[in-house]
Amino acid sequence: MSSASQLAESRAPFDPAAPAAGTEETCGHPNSVRATARIRATYNGRVTTLPQLRSDGPFHLRRMRTSGKAARVGIIGAMSAPLGGDRLALDITAEDRAELDVTTAAATLALRGPTTAPATYDVRLTAEEHARLRWLPQPLISAADSNLHQTYTVKLAASSRLLLREEQILGRANEKPGHLVSRIRVHHAGRPLLDQHTAYGDPAPGWDGPAILHGHRAVGQLLVVAPELDVRRAPVLLREGTKDGCAVLAPLAGGPALLATAVAPTPSALRELLDEALRHALGE
Amino acid sequence: MSRAALLLLADGRFPAGGHAHSGGVEAAVAHKAVHDIETLEAFCRGRLHTTGLTTAGLAAATAAGCDPLMLDDAADARTPVPALRAVARRLGRQMMRAARATFPSAELDRLAAERPQGAHQPIVQGLAVRSAGLTPQEAASAAAYETVGGPATAAVRLLSLDPLDASRLLARLSTETDAVAAAAADAAARVATEGLDALPSASSPLLDITAEQHAAWTVRLFAS
Repeated sequence: MSSASQLAESRAPFDPAAPAAGTEETCGHPNSVRATARIRATYNGRVTTLPQLRSDGPFHLRRMRTSGKAARVGIIGAMSAPLGGDRLALDITAEDRAELDVTTAAATLALRGPTTAPATYDVRLTAEEHARLRWLPQPLISAADSNLHQTYTVKLAASSRLLLREEQILGRANEKPGHLVSRIRVHHAGRPLLDQHTAYGDPAPGWDGPAILHGHRAVGQLLVVAPELDVRRAPVLLREGTKDGCAVLAPLAGGPALLATAVAPTPSALRELLDEALRHALGE
Repeated sequence: MSRAALLLLADGRFPAGGHAHSGGVEAAVAHKAVHDIETLEAFCRGRLHTTGLTTAGLAAATAAGCDPLMLDDAADARTPVPALRAVARRLGRQMMRAARATFPSAELDRLAAERPQGAHQPIVQGLAVRSAGLTPQEAASAAAYETVGGPATAAVRLLSLDPLDASRLLARLSTETDAVAAAAADAAARVATEGLDALPSASSPLLDITAEQHAAWTVRLFAS
């Protein structure tokens, strides 16, 4: 396929000659990318500083202006990724008392690339004692014929705070989605808080049926963890039916946390539901 | 022990309270997402590969002798909505009573004492299978089958479907049900080396959302 080979050529300069530390497995394709970007935030007694801000492969990290003691990092896509065979990872740590916000400048688009082998995209989030970490990326779009395995590994200290938003868009406009598999595992104070695995797009069995998505093409979650959420709360239902999208915001069992789960026909309807869920979670 | 013990545990007439639950199909019928045998089959397939895989993994790991209390925490982490956690514990409590009467064991007694409000149902089911001298694979089969058998039976009552069509549907899904049970048992066998993360956590957003919606109804035929 000519477009694919052009893409592969255009990506060649970014293919690191020396693989990133800790990634020893072989890639699915000679043009595939392996990259691990790292952000480490610490608190110096006055403000949050960023002693490590390591861009790699498609992840260009940019420090953004903030007011107050928090640090803010924007991730700018430096190339088209993930494509089939890529091995991407983001390692983000907020050390004791640090306050860190991380966003992405644009949606992440999973494309087929030069191979149908799965790409992997691993996001590791760590918040230490009294730290506050907010991970609010733009949506992840699963384009036709793409194959992406995403994982979230989140480790939270007992007194830490987390706000995590995850939006998945299955296919661009009028397009069949690719295969998108994701797993999120969250540990809070060493205990399992959340473990979920989803698989959408063919060949995942039943993914579009009445038990899983029922025609919806946008699905997302919002996870809020904070010590003060350790009180009994009734679940909040957003929208009665299911056709125009719906969500539930409910407490998790293993720690002071609220999780919103939403499905919607469109990305904008999904964002609306998650924004509304966030307002409820913050008690506004 | 005997194969008859497995049939007894997996039988819908085993007094463990399962008949009062629709496995989410009552909500799906109300939303017109399930309205005939084809949509019911799609529903059952989706539930089998999500809830079914996850519960079968938990049941198999319990039957294999993993710590039931840690598995109960793992079940909580895999059940993000309170309505489904409450249902799982209520069903677990009911199954505990039936299991201790039919296959008494010290392990069942211990779990009953440590989780008086009920452990998650697949944990109790796995321990009952273990007490009956059966294998993790058989625990996974019973759990996987139940995740499709329950909704299929409930939909017959809710939609006045032909029970023969529903039986045919379950027969069509039997190969997939076996495959899900085998995958769950494989995962459970890996817990010894990989830890509890090896267990499946397959989930479905709509089953979680509609379970909470259903729990808020004032009038309903099924408890879940």
